[in-house]
Amino acid sequence: MFADLLQHIVNGLVMGAVVALPALGLTLIFSVLGFINFSIAAQMTVGAYAGWLVNSQLHWPLVPVLVVGFAAAGLAGVIGDRLALVPMRRTVSAHTPLMVAIVSIALNLALENAIRFGFGSDLNSFEMPIARDVQFAGVRIGPQQMHNLGIALTVAIVLAVFFTVTKVGKAMRAVADNPDLARLKGIDPAKLSNLATFIGMGLAGIGGALLAIDTSVDPSTGSRLLLIIFSASVLGGLTSLTGAVLGALLIGVVSEVALLAISPVYQSATAFVAILLVLLVKPSGLFAGSSGVRK
Amino acid sequence: MTSYIVFMVTLAGIYSLLSLGLVTIWGQGGMVNLGLVGFYATGAYTSALLSMAGVPFGVSLVAAGLVAGIVGVVLSYVTRTLRGDYLAIVSLGFAEVIRLVATNEKWLTGGSDGLPGIRSPLKAELGALHPWFYLALVWMIVGLAALCVTRLVRSPYGRALRALRDDEQVAAVAGKPVLKLKLKTFFLGATLTGIAGGIYAHLTSYIAPDGFVPLLTIYIFLAATAGGYTRVVGALVGSLAVVALLESTRFAAAAIPGLTAVQIASLREFVIAASLIVIMQLKPEGIFRSINQSSGDSTPESPRSETSSVAMSPRVKVGGL
Repeated sequence: MFADLLQHIVNGLVMGAVVALPALGLTLIFSVLGFINFSIAAQMTVGAYAGWLVNSQLHWPLVPVLVVGFAAAGLAGVIGDRLALVPMRRTVSAHTPLMVAIVSIALNLALENAIRFGFGSDLNSFEMPIARDVQFAGVRIGPQQMHNLGIALTVAIVLAVFFTVTKVGKAMRAVADNPDLARLKGIDPAKLSNLATFIGMGLAGIGGALLAIDTSVDPSTGSRLLLIIFSASVLGGLTSLTGAVLGALLIGVVSEVALLAISPVYQSATAFVAILLVLLVKPSGLFAGSSGVRK
Repeated sequence: MTSYIVFMVTLAGIYSLLSLGLVTIWGQGGMVNLGLVGFYATGAYTSALLSMAGVPFGVSLVAAGLVAGIVGVVLSYVTRTLRGDYLAIVSLGFAEVIRLVATNEKWLTGGSDGLPGIRSPLKAELGALHPWFYLALVWMIVGLAALCVTRLVRSPYGRALRALRDDEQVAAVAGKPVLKLKLKTFFLGATLTGIAGGIYAHLTSYIAPDGFVPLLTIYIFLAATAGGYTRVVGALVGSLAVVALLESTRFAAAAIPGLTAVQIASLREFVIAASLIVIMQLKPEGIFRSINQSSGDSTPESPRSETSSVAMSPRVKVGGL
């Protein structure tokens, strides 16, 4: 029983670490640009397909595959943003963020169907070396799971350094905190918004590729996880990067441990229940202060 | 062919009800309900289950509306203190959970096999005339709903609601009961959506989770936006246009040679999504421009008009501009 629980916790942490990447991307984009970009789900799928293409056609190994996933999703994210969302953002009104969010859902759908048109609905697997699971105190961990955990952690640390040390990172946090003050200090929010979209969607691309390596990729790979990603981000308060990571880990563990009590088909429903509970108890998110991109 | 057209026009009526629900919640109330399809499914299953238990059509339809409305109130109450984005996410999540429940609770919903044999009123008595009767019935309900929403929009309640949509703080300072207005409005919109679900269940006499895909929410957003998302007449015309677009893409896609079934389906969905993006960019006010829709009587201009909104809502943070 105890080993069972431990196994679920470990699985949950691994899943949470992977979900943390798109949740970070979503949070970053929301903080800097001020709206929820639902097309992040399709960008996960874009990253997964890009990685799968270079892996199955050119036999590239794990790390280059992830770099390709990052770049492809980031680029597709910026292009989609400029084509579909930037014109919407030019109209300034109280409703603009919600209008842009609605258009981003349409963008998500358009991308997903473009992928389906090109690749069909089939499941595609990566060619990755198969290795034996590691057993430790009755808990099994697959090597891919350990890779996922390690890569997600590395990316999170790189991001943390980027936001604390570099000038661009600090500028981004300034824009997130107060766009008007940032502009006063000579920061151009429009330039940063492209970069934030590129990094945010790129993170989603890595997350999508990691998930797809663990299982397989099809056009709905990203959409299936939309609710879990959003609940991770909401749990963290939507503007806190640390919060997004902690939220993702929490959602991962909760939804895995919940499997002890409920049927697996309701796994993503636990994410919804978690959002409701958090909003009832602490509407600003579990790990967030008032506003602004916290580290 | 006639029966096909009758069915489609009936369906357009159902879409009109859904669009009216969206116009109420979004166009007038400024709240975003991304879980439209969840409320629609809730209404459909409520009405279907009740009528299978022997409850008369009218009663089950009202119950469908009430149940959906109550769920709407709960969701908007939970997110009452937060930015509109949270309501959007929570409603989206709700729709997903409803889909899971409908697929997996076999004892109640029949699982993915669905619920067959939902009775339609006077079906045996009318025979071949029944589709026509149902068509008239649906559009009568649409007419009634449109009338109610129009009256509502023009009432002091409607004005207060738009004031709230354009700036919540100003409305609150002016003494408008913000929370109450929001909850009432979401209730109304969700009720319309639930009733539309009930009507759909009795139209097709069979419902399954496949009938309630998230895509439907996009269709209705397209319908409401195409017609002008603050306008009642826009909701009706937009719905007819969307059904026409959906059906014409069905034929158009089939006419392109060398496409697989999956490709045809994805092409159609792509066209719908792209249309929504293009319309929102080029003509966000729709075919029927918002007339006198601003909360203040002295400024008969669109609520999206730049000058008034910027002046009125300095607290709104729009990043990246």
